[in-house]
Amino acid sequence: MDISTKTTAPPAPAEPPAAPLKTTRGATRPGDRIFLGLSRGSGILLLVIMAAIAAFLTYRASLVLSKNDGNFLTTFEWNANNTPPVFGIAVLAFGTVVSSVIAMVIAVPIAVGIALFITHYAPKKIGGAIAYVVDLLAAVPSIVYGLWGALFLVPHLTGFYSWLNDYFGWTHVLEWQGGAPRTLLAVGILLAIMILPIITNVSREVFRQAPLMHQEAALALGATRWEVIRMAVIPFGRSGVISASMLGLGRALGETMAVATVLSPSFEINASLLDPGGGTFAQNIAAKFSEATEQGRDALIASGLVLFVITLVVNGAARAIIARRKEYSGANA
Amino acid sequence: MAKRIDVSGLTAYYGSHKAIEDISMTVEPRSVTAFIGPSGCGKSTFLRTLNRMHEVTPGGRVEGKVLLDDEDLYGTHVDPVAVRRTVGMVFQRPNPFPTMSIFDNVAAGLRLNGSYKKSELGDIVEKSLKGANLWNEVKDRLNKPGSGLSGGQQQRLCIARAIAVEPQVLLMDEPCSALDPISTLAIEDLIGELKERFTIVIVTHNMQQAARVSDRTAFFNLSAVGQPGNLVEIDETERIFSNPSVQATEDYISGRFG
Repeated sequence: MDISTKTTAPPAPAEPPAAPLKTTRGATRPGDRIFLGLSRGSGILLLVIMAAIAAFLTYRASLVLSKNDGNFLTTFEWNANNTPPVFGIAVLAFGTVVSSVIAMVIAVPIAVGIALFITHYAPKKIGGAIAYVVDLLAAVPSIVYGLWGALFLVPHLTGFYSWLNDYFGWTHVLEWQGGAPRTLLAVGILLAIMILPIITNVSREVFRQAPLMHQEAALALGATRWEVIRMAVIPFGRSGVISASMLGLGRALGETMAVATVLSPSFEINASLLDPGGGTFAQNIAAKFSEATEQGRDALIASGLVLFVITLVVNGAARAIIARRKEYSGANA
Repeated sequence: MAKRIDVSGLTAYYGSHKAIEDISMTVEPRSVTAFIGPSGCGKSTFLRTLNRMHEVTPGGRVEGKVLLDDEDLYGTHVDPVAVRRTVGMVFQRPNPFPTMSIFDNVAAGLRLNGSYKKSELGDIVEKSLKGANLWNEVKDRLNKPGSGLSGGQQQRLCIARAIAVEPQVLLMDEPCSALDPISTLAIEDLIGELKERFTIVIVTHNMQQAARVSDRTAFFNLSAVGQPGNLVEIDETERIFSNPSVQATEDYISGRFG
């Protein structure tokens, strides 16, 4: 019968046995464990390095701070090799912050302008060429900037200084007694050129990523090119530009050789940016380190600790600004 | 408020590639005209020539005439920015400005066009959101970001943004293709209401949608891949879907190709 032949037909070939769900090695695989270890290790290493730098700076600074005969925060003097040592960071903090702020005020608008031009105005070839030149600017060593600043920029600034004095001298901030223009304003201008590439490059990347769909939305509403940029590109790139500026500011705060070459430091604070007055932390360390005694070096390290803290505060502030606008950032589009 | 569109002999290029060739049609005011056709037939490209968005694409250029009532959009001395303020557009993917609140999104076009008093602006925003059937859902969170809304709500926000400037024509480029059926239904109902006030042109891949929302339907096709798209026929929607005059249309709507 049909039915019996069917029942006696050879059984279907046995399926291969299913892989057991439990294995001897448990739920993790070696690759996962190795990668976890590597990435976790890198993260921890970073924290350890930061902590080690902070601990080193704090320890060496503490050795000399107790001996300081002046006030570390307010004294306008740096005689750290004397016994007892007399030194204070007031002038350095003033000079560092002021020159960096000048650099930011000049560099950020120009960098944003260049970045927008490259990404949204220039024909592709011209934009690429400009981007290449900006990259070159980033590759110039800072001592070369310093030499250019001292030998070319500074001599050519006298005309600009006297122009500022003529028209804005009444503000006192831009008053000029006629000395060599190796002052905080010159340093600020030089630093602006030096931080321009990094701010431009990071801004360029964020502006390039501004989504086309939002630009088209603006266009379709009857926005002009500039209005498209204002509505759909700049807001999208805002947090990126802030990050870029902070990278630039970090470089400006810590810049050493170029500042040391251009600035003629003096341990006083002057209301005018055009007259001598002020130094910077990094420049002061570079200038004093070779002739410093053990104790003098500790004092310089103490000033370095202050620069470290200022940089941390600046970065924290930038992060806070970015976090506050998170809800409106382009990231959750 | 609503104007007639008269297109004659329109050809559009991307660089040297001809995307659509010699298209002529009339779009009636206060009606919905649907564009259907296989992918790549140029219906979206054609839509974008109607508000001069095509030329924004690198290499994009257009030949031919588009008359809005009696004014040629491609005439000399016509400002494309002014054209886009007259002919609004809603895109495939909802694209509210992520950096703006719901209120600012709707007010964005108004702020471009001129200065308004705050109360005036508030009234127009409310009217536009009501017009887009979104007011009740967002009236308590007008200053929250528009990106927090669901996809369907975002698309209605984009419609509110487009109608806030009181355009003559509203172009919609597959406005429902990224939405679920319920949100799609909400948008389709809205289109039915909006055609009382605007001339509406909608590109859709969904033939049922074209049949549901449109008064007239245009069928686009291309003879082969790489060839320019062309208009096969435009007629009353009912006729296109029951008794089209061209065989290719019938083949397409009955699912024999495409």
